[in-house]
Amino acid sequence: MSNMQPSKGSGKEQPGLRYPTNGKTIYHRPLNRTKTAELSGASFAYLFAEMVSYASKRIESIQDLEKRLNVQGHPIGLKLLDLLLYREPARSQTRPLNIIALLHFIKLNVWQHLFGAAADGLEKSSDPAKPDEYMIIDNEPLVNRYVSVPRDMSQLNCAAYVAGIIEGVCDGAAFPARVTAHSVGRQEDGGASGAPAEMWPGRTVFLVKFAPEVMEREGYLGKG
Amino acid sequence: MSYYFAIVGTQDNPLFEYEFGTSKQGGDGQSRFGEQARHMNQFIAHSSLDIVEEVQWGTGQMYLKHVDKFFNSHISAYVTAGNVKFLLLHQPPQSTNTTSSSSSHNTNTTSSSNSSTALSAAAMIGAGRSSSTSIAANPTSPQTEEAVRSFMAEVYESWVKTIMSPFYRVNMEVRSPVFRQRVAAAGRKYL
Repeated sequence: MSNMQPSKGSGKEQPGLRYPTNGKTIYHRPLNRTKTAELSGASFAYLFAEMVSYASKRIESIQDLEKRLNVQGHPIGLKLLDLLLYREPARSQTRPLNIIALLHFIKLNVWQHLFGAAADGLEKSSDPAKPDEYMIIDNEPLVNRYVSVPRDMSQLNCAAYVAGIIEGVCDGAAFPARVTAHSVGRQEDGGASGAPAEMWPGRTVFLVKFAPEVMEREGYLGKG
Repeated sequence: MSYYFAIVGTQDNPLFEYEFGTSKQGGDGQSRFGEQARHMNQFIAHSSLDIVEEVQWGTGQMYLKHVDKFFNSHISAYVTAGNVKFLLLHQPPQSTNTTSSSSSHNTNTTSSSNSSTALSAAAMIGAGRSSSTSIAANPTSPQTEEAVRSFMAEVYESWVKTIMSPFYRVNMEVRSPVFRQRVAAAGRKYL
């Protein structure tokens, strides 16, 4: 590997994209930010609309579109995991070791960071045949605020993007999982969530299904 | 005292390597690995991953302290939230420990673990007498653990900045010369 010295002066000698002219790289910027620094919701909505329309080009099915949104969110989750743990105070700077700790981290830290509030619910699947399924519930996902789904695409939930972020956090923490977003607001049953569905028409459940090896390790660690 | 620092990705793939020597007590910051040791270092670091993967599920701490030892080479490990491992191999100067390590390994073949630990403890005391606070002399002392912790924490900060780059994907090799400088600076500062 090269041992080149990109010192402050070298920016002028090597113009181009490799080194910034002022000598400031990503390493010169702080990782902490002030608590109130928020992005404009309008600009996010605009960007997100473009992302959805980009992802909806040349797709075979709704699953395809959700898959693409999921893939776009995945790297964000990977990065958020490290960033948010880094920002934790030194005492509580611990890696999540079990599923509950990980989901709590997502429900509180990740949600707080992304949407300014904790998620509305965290539940384990009531079906005894599916102990590997957990649900994170958001009554009104920020990403869906300005999204109205056409009637012929009624299965679509653009919160698949957020599901991708969750999946990235889980994968990064060595808990491989499949995460999918489901709208439950309009359905009659409400499923296992059982809450007043009519109050929250945009209510979305993120179904987290962990890989078999995670469950195996969980059982193993629980005993020890 | 010579150090070999490696960052290992989630697929056990090397992402970054750096070799340096101590800068404390008049050290010039150059490593003193022999040509053969350079090859061995990678093997030793790689073989310690098994132990790291076992220890990492026992504690939520990122810094796993001293995890492995192979003759005169000691491995300290740090696991990031994203399951990337930082491995630091430290090798005390050969002159102080040659006799003790060879003798302890002779007895070790008969698996008399008690006597070998007693021997290494005796070696530690002997080394500690000559320079009790020297990080170089005793790799398992609390002072060394703390120095390595500070080193790892500083590298971790740079590491998080690296992965914040929108162009960085998981398990990509880190080639940034600025990152290398930051690691070198942390090494000079603490080790």
